[in-house]
Amino acid sequence: MSNQAAEAAPLHIALVGNPNCGKTSLFNRLTGARQKVANYAGVTVERKEGWFRLPSGRAVRLLDLPGAYSLNATSPDEAITRDVCFGRMPGEARPDQIVCVVDATNLRLHLRFVLELAQLGIPMMVSLNMMDAAARRGIRIDREALQKKLGIPVVETVAVKKDGANGLLAALDSELPLIPPRLPENTDVHAAVNALLAAAVSVPRRTAETDDRLDRWVLDPVWGVVILVATMFLMFQAVFAWAAPVQNLIEEGVKALGGLFTAQMPDGMLRSLLVDGIIAGVGSVLVFLPQILLLFFFIICLEESGYLPRAAFLLDRFMLAAGLSGRAFIPLLSSFACAVPGIMATRSIQHPRDRLLTIMVAPLMTCSARLPVYALLIGAFIPERAVLGYFSLRGLVLFGLYFLGVVSGLLVTWLVKRFGSGDKDHALLLELPSWRLPHPRDVAIGLAERASIFLKRVGGIILALSILIWFLSSYPAPPADWQHTAIEYSFAGRIGHAMQVVFAPLGFNWQICVALIPGLAAREVAVSALATVYAVGGSGGHDAAAAQLAPLIAAQWSFGTGLALLIWYVYAPQCFSTLAVMRRETGTWRTVGIALVYLFGLAYAGAFIAYRVGNLLA
Amino acid sequence: MNLSLLKRGARAIVEAVEDAHQAGDSIAQRLRELGFAPGEPVSVLAFGPMGRDTMAVQIGFTRFALRRSEAARVRVSLSLPA
Repeated sequence: MSNQAAEAAPLHIALVGNPNCGKTSLFNRLTGARQKVANYAGVTVERKEGWFRLPSGRAVRLLDLPGAYSLNATSPDEAITRDVCFGRMPGEARPDQIVCVVDATNLRLHLRFVLELAQLGIPMMVSLNMMDAAARRGIRIDREALQKKLGIPVVETVAVKKDGANGLLAALDSELPLIPPRLPENTDVHAAVNALLAAAVSVPRRTAETDDRLDRWVLDPVWGVVILVATMFLMFQAVFAWAAPVQNLIEEGVKALGGLFTAQMPDGMLRSLLVDGIIAGVGSVLVFLPQILLLFFFIICLEESGYLPRAAFLLDRFMLAAGLSGRAFIPLLSSFACAVPGIMATRSIQHPRDRLLTIMVAPLMTCSARLPVYALLIGAFIPERAVLGYFSLRGLVLFGLYFLGVVSGLLVTWLVKRFGSGDKDHALLLELPSWRLPHPRDVAIGLAERASIFLKRVGGIILALSILIWFLSSYPAPPADWQHTAIEYSFAGRIGHAMQVVFAPLGFNWQICVALIPGLAAREVAVSALATVYAVGGSGGHDAAAAQLAPLIAAQWSFGTGLALLIWYVYAPQCFSTLAVMRRETGTWRTVGIALVYLFGLAYAGAFIAYRVGNLLA
Repeated sequence: MNLSLLKRGARAIVEAVEDAHQAGDSIAQRLRELGFAPGEPVSVLAFGPMGRDTMAVQIGFTRFALRRSEAARVRVSLSLPA
C-alpha cells in the first residue's frame, strides 16, 4: 500500500448494468457495510453509494445505478441511469469510470448494453459476473478474445464468493482507464453482438435445465397459481408460528426488567417514567421485531430467488381486471412488510396513472406495523378455539383482516378504473430471470438494514412518544379530593374526553382516543400508548403493563369496541412515514390529501359498522 | 403470423418488430432492444391463468412475460420442423 495512492483523490466509479446481472451483489461485495442510501436531488429515485479501498490504498466512491436495459429510458429509474451516464444529473458529477456488469450466462442480452455504453466515451471496463453459474452450465467464454474485440478490460467476477471481486479490484488498480472505441454510425448492434458471441462464447444449451424444470410447474396456469397461493399461505403461517418462541423470550425479558426496576427503585415519578412510560411503551413494540424480521426474510428470499416476476406473470390478468398492472404485485407485496419501501418500489411501473393508483392503495396492504395492534386486539377479544379441528380461530381472523385489506385495495382500484378515463396501453414486458438460490450474505445485509430501520424507529420516535404520553398522562396530578382516577385529571384524559364526541359512535373510549393521537406517527405506537395510559392509570398495578394490557382491555372494553378498533386499523393511515414517502414519490401534497380523506373515511365507516355488528354478535 | 397467435410450446423465428401506431412506439423499441431481432428463435413457454392475455416467451437466452398486445407487435415465421 503506497501512501501516495492512499492520499490521492477518491475515484468515482459507477456500476451500470441490466436488471438481474448481480450488480447489487457485486456492490455489496465491494463495499460491505460501507453503504449509504439517500435520494437524488429533486427526484424521488434512491441513490445508493458506498466506498472501499483498492489494494493500492486508493479510495473509491462507488455509485450503484438503477438497472437499465438501455439508455433510451422508459421509466424514472432508467432515466436516472441515463442522466448520470451522460453527466446530465444535477448535483451529480459524471463518473470517472464505469464498470458495466453483465450476466455471463446471458451475454446475448447483456452485451448489447455494453456496446451502447461504449458510445458514451467514458473509461469503462466489463465485469463478467455470475461466472460460477456460467461454469456450472458449461458455458465457456474466451475472456481475452472478448477483451480484444471490445477494446476495454474484461474481468471475471463471482459476486457471491468471498474473493470473487479480486480480479476487478486488481484491474481497477493496475489498468489505465481505457475509453472504448466508438462503433460506426448505424451499426447493427444485434449483428455486432452475434459476431462477438460467435468469436468468444460457446453455449451448450440455451437455457439452464433448472429453469426449464422449475418453470414447467411454476408458469403453468393451474399449478402455478396453486404454488403461488401455497407459498403465500406458508409464508404468513410461518411468520406467526415461528416467531412465537422468540417473542415469548422478549416478553419475559421486558417483564423481568420492569419487575427489577419496580423492586429496586423507590416509588415516585422517576420509577413511574421508567417502568410505566419507557419500558412499557418500548417493550410492547419490541416484542414484534421477530415477526417483522421473519416477514422481511421471506420477501427478500422470494425477491432474490427470481420468483416474484413469475408471480407477477401469473397475476397480471387478474390485476388488470382490478385496474392494476401485473408489475404492481411486487410493490404491493413489499407493502405487506412496510408501505414505505413498497411505495418506493412503484418506480418500476412506467405508466404514471398505474403508478399513482398503486401508491394510493399500498397503505391498504396490511403492513407489519399493524401486527402489534392486531395481535393485541385478537388476543384480547377472539377466543382461542379450533375451527374445523385444525385451524385456530385467531389465525383465521388475522388472515381475514389481511384479506379485507387486499380486497378493499382491489375494490378501490376497480372503482377508479371503472369510472376513470382508461387508456389501454400499459406495458408488462417483464424479464423472468434465471432461478437462483438466495445468497445468505445478501439476505443478511437486507435484513440488517430492515432491523436497523425498525430499531431506529423504536429508539427514536416510539421512545419519544412513550415519554410524551407518560407525561401527558401523569400531569397535572389531581388534587386530594378528586373523586375519579388520577389519569382522568391529566392532559391526556382531558384530550381523550374531548375527542370522544367524534369517536363515541365508533365505541371508542377516551383512552383509545388518546392513543390514536401519537398513533398518527406510527401504527405500533398505539399499543405503546395504550400500555402507558393504562399502566399510569394504575388499573394494572405496577407490573410491566405491556404484558398485562390484553386482559385489561378484554375486561374493560365491549366486543364491539374491540372489533371497531380492529377495522379502524385496517384502513386508517396512521403513519407519518407513509405519507411522507407518498409526498416524495409523487411530488405533490394532493396525493397525500386524497389518501388521507379516503382512508380515514373508510376507517370511520368501517369502524362504525363494526361497532354495531360487534355488539350484536357479543 | 405474429407472436400472440402461437400456441404453447410453439417455436418460431422473428422476422421484425412492428410499431403499433405511428413511429416512436416505445414498446416496440424496447422489444428490439431486448433481443427481438430478425433471425432470433423465439418459443412460447406458457400462458397466464385467465385466458391468453399474458404469455411467457423465450427469446434467445432470456425469458419474458408479455401481454398479448405487446407480443402482437412481433411478426414471426414458423420454423421448419426439426
